[in-house]
Amino acid sequence: MPAGLLGIEELDRAAIDALLARAKDFQPLQSQSLKKLDTLRGKMIVNLFFEASTRTRTSFEIAAKRLGADAISITAAGSSVSKGESLVDTLNTLAAMRPDAIVMRHAASGAPHFLARHLPTPIINAGDGTHEHPTQALLDARTILDRLGRLEGLRVAIIGDIAHSRVARSNVYLLSRFGAEIVLCGPASLLPPELAQLAPGVRLTGDIRDAIRDANVIMMLRVQLERQHEASFPASEYFTFYGLRLEHLDLARPDAIVMHPGPINRGRELSSEVADFQRSVILNQVENGVAVRMAVLEKVIG
Amino acid sequence: MSIVVKNGRVIDPASGTDRVADLLIVDGLIAGVAPHLSSPRAEIFDATGLVVAPGFLDMHVHLRQPGFEHAETIESGSRAAAAGGFTSICCMPNTKPVNDSATVTSYIVEHGRRHAVVNVHPIGAITKGSAGTELAAIGAMKAAGAVAISDDGLPVMNARVMRRAMEFARSYGLPVIEHCEDLNLSAGGDMHEGVRSVRWGLRGIPSAAEDVMVARDLLLAELTGAQYHVAHISTRRAVAMVAAARQRGLPVTAEATPHHFSLADDDMEPYDSNYKMKPPLRSSGDREAVIEGIVSGAITAIATDHAPHPGSEKMQEFERCPFGIIGLETAIALSLEALVHPGRISLARMVELFTTGPESVVHLGRGTLEPGATADVAIFSTDLEWTYDVNQSFSRSRNSPFHNRTFRGGPVATIVNGEFVWKR
Repeated sequence: MPAGLLGIEELDRAAIDALLARAKDFQPLQSQSLKKLDTLRGKMIVNLFFEASTRTRTSFEIAAKRLGADAISITAAGSSVSKGESLVDTLNTLAAMRPDAIVMRHAASGAPHFLARHLPTPIINAGDGTHEHPTQALLDARTILDRLGRLEGLRVAIIGDIAHSRVARSNVYLLSRFGAEIVLCGPASLLPPELAQLAPGVRLTGDIRDAIRDANVIMMLRVQLERQHEASFPASEYFTFYGLRLEHLDLARPDAIVMHPGPINRGRELSSEVADFQRSVILNQVENGVAVRMAVLEKVIG
Repeated sequence: MSIVVKNGRVIDPASGTDRVADLLIVDGLIAGVAPHLSSPRAEIFDATGLVVAPGFLDMHVHLRQPGFEHAETIESGSRAAAAGGFTSICCMPNTKPVNDSATVTSYIVEHGRRHAVVNVHPIGAITKGSAGTELAAIGAMKAAGAVAISDDGLPVMNARVMRRAMEFARSYGLPVIEHCEDLNLSAGGDMHEGVRSVRWGLRGIPSAAEDVMVARDLLLAELTGAQYHVAHISTRRAVAMVAAARQRGLPVTAEATPHHFSLADDDMEPYDSNYKMKPPLRSSGDREAVIEGIVSGAITAIATDHAPHPGSEKMQEFERCPFGIIGLETAIALSLEALVHPGRISLARMVELFTTGPESVVHLGRGTLEPGATADVAIFSTDLEWTYDVNQSFSRSRNSPFHNRTFRGGPVATIVNGEFVWKR
């Protein structure tokens, strides 16, 4: 299997540390007027997005260009996929053009893992179904480090539709490697008990106050209605019981930060006041996305 | 035309035979089992060190013909069966068209007679098109050769329809075979619901999807007096419920597949569709319960659920791939590996599970080596070392999780109606 990045689960702590440190090196570049390096000059990266995405696709594209690589983005609509070509044929076709890496988002869990067994090209997982979203977890960790200076021993609450969240899984794997205490919170139908066995240090609760109490980090997840194949929870009640409001924040540590992978739904999973709250780091996450993806691309291709 | 199978260990549970002897076959029939048999101009097969058993019955296969000949044909499936030690196979009705009429049943019977190298017995649908609403022509299918009814893969969700089907089947003396899955509970699921499915972000099929259906059907079987058979049983609770029903004397039986007693969800390769089937590979506790059910006698047959799918369908995103794996050629080896070699059951009991066990459900009039019986014989080794290469399979499909697996013991030669149809 070629060296790509399929998930956080297969990374050890040293590998994660190295990527986070390298991302820090790339941070100052983001605010310089001349932002482009030539580390990956002459390299070709294909961004293949079978699912709609604005921030992740743009972020990968910018990361590639800032490293001097050429990047092409393909979305499923308008590609041969919409003409009925199978996934493996599409990828074989692209691989035959010898890109140096394929960045891929797909609605099916494991789609990049399946392809990695059949393709010579390194694959970077930009989100697969309800499985993993490794670069999101890396940029979240980078953001936590920037604000709180450590991952070790933190108490992190992740709140929302955990069952269908690839962001939650990747964050659980990453934070657990550093000994963080992770509290997963959501309605019971979106919080299967098996989640407690994903990694050491994971606890489940159905009570948002319990989850937030003494938390250093509060990660809100988008309520992914498109991933729910049935009504797992009455949508009208969601905000009442699992929406984050300002008064909840009194329960957390005084320096606690609020995170969200975006796009946010004001009034559904968090109140508008929380989204604009001074300790909300949602835009820092977006900014760090480029630096983290530069580190990943450099490691995979460089 | 005669054959002498020399010096093998003849195991015939139907007649209580287990001894080293010769087996004489004359004109397609068993002529005798005794030491030092001979016959003028007979073909001699040296079975020293091998087991000689009645030809094995697989009461649960998918032959894909008519309709899906790119995946399997009656002929190719029958050749895979022969290479697995099977001499009679019962094929499920989910063909295209569905085998819900005497016409399709007759087609399969006729085509089998002409092209198959083993005996092919169709299983008719319970409902028209296996749509679960209107009963199929059960009596006419029986007259045309159907040996059981089942809507395998599309279980009858409507309890009232199932009740009527059981009543009809009983009046025709046909067993009702159920693929036990509550389709609402399992909807959208791709693998067993457990730590693995949650970890991999795949939708789960809870054990309860099977348990609910087994519970309902056992109540209906008791109500109607039908002969009821649970296909590919996979959960601890389902095994317990079947055991309890049998203890109460209900005419209830169950089969287990080699993959369900050999593998658990922990053994799956991530997102490898060769591990995707229904019911899914369950927890290791469920797997152990299936083995215990075989040991205790709650489970009465081994069946493969041989389900060919071409590579083009299995080479997809896991959640898009169809369910099912091929299994005819690896069944004996897996049964030896999981059941006999570890000492869980005796070799004679294993032979029972492949012969008298299924025979007592589908009543083919086979599964014994008694003199006068049709000469269907399985000759296999318990210690031959071999490696399964799925690319050499007689099946038209290649969907097996056991590719490249090395086994101790496996089929060596197969005789159907007094003729060798396969030799290793």
